[in-house]
Amino acid sequence: MYSEKVMDHFSNPRNVGEIENASGVGTVGNAKCGDIMRMYLDIDDNGVIQDCKFKTFGCGAAVATSSMATELVKGKTVQQALEVTNKAVMEALDGLPPVKVHCSLLAEEAIHAALWDYAEKHHIKIEGLEKPVNDISEKEEAPEEDY
Amino acid sequence: MNELIYLDNAATTAARPEVVEAMLPYFTENFGNASAIYGIGAKSKAAMEHSRETIANALGTNAKDIYFTAGGSESDNWALKAAAEAYREKGNHIITSKIEHHAILHTCQYLEKHGYEVTYLDVDENGVVKLDELKKAIRPTTILISVMFANNEIGTIEPVKEIGAIAKEHGILFHTDAVQAFGQVPINVDDMNIDMLSASGHKLNGPKGIGFLYIRKGLKLRSFIHGGAQERNRRAGTENIPGIVGFGKAVEIALRTMEERTKKETQLRDYLIDRVLQEVPYSRVNGHRTDRLPNNANFCFQFIEGESLLIMLDQNGICGSSGSACTSGSLDPSHVLLAIGLPHEIAHGSLRLTLGEDTTLEQIDFVVDKIKEIVARLRSMSPLYEDFIKNKQ
Repeated sequence: MYSEKVMDHFSNPRNVGEIENASGVGTVGNAKCGDIMRMYLDIDDNGVIQDCKFKTFGCGAAVATSSMATELVKGKTVQQALEVTNKAVMEALDGLPPVKVHCSLLAEEAIHAALWDYAEKHHIKIEGLEKPVNDISEKEEAPEEDY
Repeated sequence: MNELIYLDNAATTAARPEVVEAMLPYFTENFGNASAIYGIGAKSKAAMEHSRETIANALGTNAKDIYFTAGGSESDNWALKAAAEAYREKGNHIITSKIEHHAILHTCQYLEKHGYEVTYLDVDENGVVKLDELKKAIRPTTILISVMFANNEIGTIEPVKEIGAIAKEHGILFHTDAVQAFGQVPINVDDMNIDMLSASGHKLNGPKGIGFLYIRKGLKLRSFIHGGAQERNRRAGTENIPGIVGFGKAVEIALRTMEERTKKETQLRDYLIDRVLQEVPYSRVNGHRTDRLPNNANFCFQFIEGESLLIMLDQNGICGSSGSACTSGSLDPSHVLLAIGLPHEIAHGSLRLTLGEDTTLEQIDFVVDKIKEIVARLRSMSPLYEDFIKNKQ
């Protein structure tokens, strides 16, 4: 059901862990729906993401999207990182099954949450960054009844 | 270990070689339609009736009360919908439990949309239906009680005999979904006052696509599939003779080996449960410790999610299943785990392992070692575990 890339990032996740005194930390998702992502960013004085680490409670897709998201934002500027969308994460993973698309949304949201935390801590405003939704499941519609 | 370790026997089982061997002639030289007059048709009919007899004996009843279907879900649908329709004049109330298989739950929801009222009984922390609640739920309009014989996820065996007695006392029909229990534990429909019972072939090393519904003599249940006069006018469609023959063979073997198998599986199951609980911190077993199917073990591991665990077990050649949302295709974890009172985040970290008669102690040891490794690895990646450890310090 998962692509080889998803399986690779699930089996050998990149950048798992924590960053002490991180520039920004964001946690999104909830335990109720079974996915929680926490993203740590280390951002230098020029606004470049030097390091990114994650911890995730969730399914194979949740782990793989977190891992890919960290790879995609590393070395980028804050503005460039904002452009890492869930679509970009999905494409980089060669796609996700339809029921797992929300995991990629969560990854995008986790980056935004960490950037938001960074902006708040440093009293700056990041152009185009809106206050992230902590729980993306609230945005999802209930599945249609089938009888 | 390079072999496949299959511990998902509650999902389906491999057909035994003897079963396949018994079926094969009925695809080729004995392919005749059981309704036909000529020799090979009569052979099919005889083989079918032999299977029916074997199954009836296993339940302590008569062959003519066994009706073959395409499987457990059809049997459940038939029992509930036909009973609801047949006894509509008496009332419109049905009692079932919160931990039934979806073949029952979704059928009940369908009936609710068609004018029936359904009470979904709570279960206790072990998954046992509360009998006092059952008694209280009975109304003058109650026409049917449907409670499963044993739960497919957590393995808990329900107090079927007591439920049957309560149903009989109140003149209410009693149906039980015995898909997981048939062939695993002894069942007697008369002793237990069971009026209808569903079962399926592929859960006991028989073929897929075959099941039956036992209907007590005298019940006015109508046909569910309309057409020809097969199954005494109650289930149309050319009989699945190879399936029926294979099912009969599987039941014959299951009955013969039940005692020995139960002893062996119970020992291995308890060894597995004890090792996991002792060696994996923050784990729990779900379901009743003793009133449970001999082959079922169901765990929850805190701070991790079930699908990740399953994929990593699969990478080690181990097949299991989970009640996590990710494996169910919805956002909610297993309704059974929620019904026994587990919070969502714990229910997401569940693992069901169901043994088979070929499961060995070496396999169980290997599996427990892998579970320990994988759970520790997933916890090292889990923000929930990180918070838990920080809060502890």
